[in-house]
Amino acid sequence: MNNEPFSLSRREALKRVISVSVALTAMELNAFAATPLRGIGTDPNLLKKEIPWPLILSDAEKRIVSALADVIIPADEHGPAASKVGVMEFIDEWVSAPYEAQEKDRAAIQKGLAWIEEESKKRFGKGFADAAAEQHTALLDDIVKTDTDAHKKGYDFFKLFRDRAAGGYYSTPEGWKAIGYVGNLPMAEFPAPPPEVLKHLGLA
Amino acid sequence: MPVITPRKTLPNYDAIIVGSGAAGGMSAYVLTKAGLKVLMLEAGRNYDPIMETPMFQTNADAPLRGTATPDKHFGFFDATVNGGWTVPGEPYMVKREDKPGWHEASDWKATNTTQNFTWWRPRMLGGRTNHWGRISLRMGPYDFKPKSRDGLGLDWPFEYKDIEPWYDKTEALVGVFGSNEGLENTPDSSNGSLQPPPHPRAHEMLIRKHAKGLGIPVIPSHMAILTKPINNRAACFYATPCGRGCSIKANFQSTTVLLPPAVETGNLDIITDAMVREVTLDKSGKATGVLYMDKASGKEERATARVVVLCASGCESARIMLNSKSALFPNGLANGSGKVGRYLMDTVGSNLGGHIPALENCPPYNADGTSAMHVYTPWWLYQEQLAGKLDFARGYHIEIGGGRHMPEMGVSLPDSKAYGKKMKDDARRYYGASVGFSGRGEMIPNEDSYCELDPNKKDRWGIPVLRFYWKWSDHEKKQAVHMQKTFAAIIEAMGGKPGRVETDPEKAIMGGGTIIHEVGTTCMGADPKASVLNQWSQAWEVKNLFVTDGGPFASNADKNPTLTIMALAMRSCTWLADELRKGNI
Repeated sequence: MNNEPFSLSRREALKRVISVSVALTAMELNAFAATPLRGIGTDPNLLKKEIPWPLILSDAEKRIVSALADVIIPADEHGPAASKVGVMEFIDEWVSAPYEAQEKDRAAIQKGLAWIEEESKKRFGKGFADAAAEQHTALLDDIVKTDTDAHKKGYDFFKLFRDRAAGGYYSTPEGWKAIGYVGNLPMAEFPAPPPEVLKHLGLA
Repeated sequence: MPVITPRKTLPNYDAIIVGSGAAGGMSAYVLTKAGLKVLMLEAGRNYDPIMETPMFQTNADAPLRGTATPDKHFGFFDATVNGGWTVPGEPYMVKREDKPGWHEASDWKATNTTQNFTWWRPRMLGGRTNHWGRISLRMGPYDFKPKSRDGLGLDWPFEYKDIEPWYDKTEALVGVFGSNEGLENTPDSSNGSLQPPPHPRAHEMLIRKHAKGLGIPVIPSHMAILTKPINNRAACFYATPCGRGCSIKANFQSTTVLLPPAVETGNLDIITDAMVREVTLDKSGKATGVLYMDKASGKEERATARVVVLCASGCESARIMLNSKSALFPNGLANGSGKVGRYLMDTVGSNLGGHIPALENCPPYNADGTSAMHVYTPWWLYQEQLAGKLDFARGYHIEIGGGRHMPEMGVSLPDSKAYGKKMKDDARRYYGASVGFSGRGEMIPNEDSYCELDPNKKDRWGIPVLRFYWKWSDHEKKQAVHMQKTFAAIIEAMGGKPGRVETDPEKAIMGGGTIIHEVGTTCMGADPKASVLNQWSQAWEVKNLFVTDGGPFASNADKNPTLTIMALAMRSCTWLADELRKGNI
């Protein structure tokens, strides 16, 4: 956006620069932080997305993540399926992150992926990514039903995976459309809500 | 911002300003405009919002979708550099509920902390003004004389009418939108001081309608955000959260509003990464300058000036004074009263959210607005309190939240079993159907809430650190319960379902320091024996030492302190420049 310097005042000011002070590098400061060096750091470049930690999901795990995310968030009239907007890559980024909360998710999600793969093989004779749509639905329906063995073993994983996948999905511009977020656009004025909104809320 | 190195400083300045946030920025603005030569020392790095602010970036443009981490405590895009609830290499000591003794503060989430106090510090030019909430409320006539009114706490050494013109000037310079409503102890601004407020969003209109039925006023908020361009700054374009900072200079940051014109005078030198340890004195007990650690070289440096103005934040300025021990001032500089570090106050905080079925399936519309609330509720129960109908003293305002924000990791999906098409329909249905209320209320200063130097612990630079004592009184705890009940009543009036309503006074109140309104640690007063500063923010015992941050506050009304810090700094520094000119300092 507007990257113009301060115009004249800034240029004049810059003439006065004698020398630029050397700031501590993020790495130096990080030596004192509780988190390991592979994290984002306390002073990252906010204009550039960089993932400093290595990604840990195997190709086999990624295939399951992709398939499961698409069962949970399929394409519909409001937006594409999860795998089309990078949710698989996001889950990999998330579970690989060197922070306590994400490490906890990593353990639960990797364990869950292994379980659902095993369960799919047991039930359908093939891995989850290769199972048919009806088989995916049958397995997930079983997981969300209470009092089933699949519920006992798979529900916590399902819920965690679903919430992370939903967060990853709806925070993309395609996800915005799917959820009904139409902002992040510059406006000259901020108007009153449109008539259909006021009518919906009984404020018209 | 152009900065210099210690080698390039002048042999003598008129003033040294420690800190570059709301107080440092305003002090530098006033003093440089008065023709004084000023050196500003900032403990953090140089920072340029024009070049560094992520405007329009989506959460998908951030690692972990912008989620808060132990590195970035308010999320990836938050305009806080090298800090937050902890600062690398710069500890502070707290007590913990779960174990005895003193501990280094380590929690990076203010919710569910067991620390008795949490302290937010950035390390960047402009300090907390880069990310702050922009809420700009004037304190009123009652707020400057609270003790005279109800017998509790401390009075300020001046009245509202003495600071009123400085509020007008500050609002006009900073750019604050809002309206004049003529409500009790909620001062109107003079003509031309305020900018027009933006239209309320749909959920704000709905809240206004139902709160009105309960006798609770909902009026335009007062925010340091431009709705009309001024001084080479653009008006808000109603996109991108203010907490990231603003590259078009539409909101108030010291780095976009106060420091550029101060630099433009040619009277301001800035050194960044300069951590001040102590104020130096001559034999007569006058301040001569400061000793500071140049973080880049690791060397201690000295700077000299006719006047020292501390603007390092309430607690940090108290720390510098306590660390400035000498034969003349064995208990710390200008601390004959023993009040340096005392009367530490924060704001009473309590939050409650609720689900509002009427907001479900709302037709999509752009509700970004200024990103801050467009309406709020000022304290409205002065008369009931006067009539003895409330079980606590002082009041709170209500900050109103909710609406259709840019989606983050938390997606509202009440049916935990839904997936597929059903889940996607739910996400659409429930998006924007929650509202939230944050009560922000007055804390009365007490003898049990303060900071002092830890006898053992030092920071990375070898400077002794602070340790914190904290205690809420029943007034604050009962106030928090009142907030909870009020918010539940509003949510229910809207036909909604509140979250968990906390009526246990110990649990309803948020932790000390978590609202990030640290004030009171170098309080001003009319009596040199009972206060640190006079009404001009001048130390009683050292005529050329001033503190213009939140430290001078004698009370902490529910009105967020930043606007008052700036108005007070403007008033004090105008007086200071005058006194220097007259040769009185």
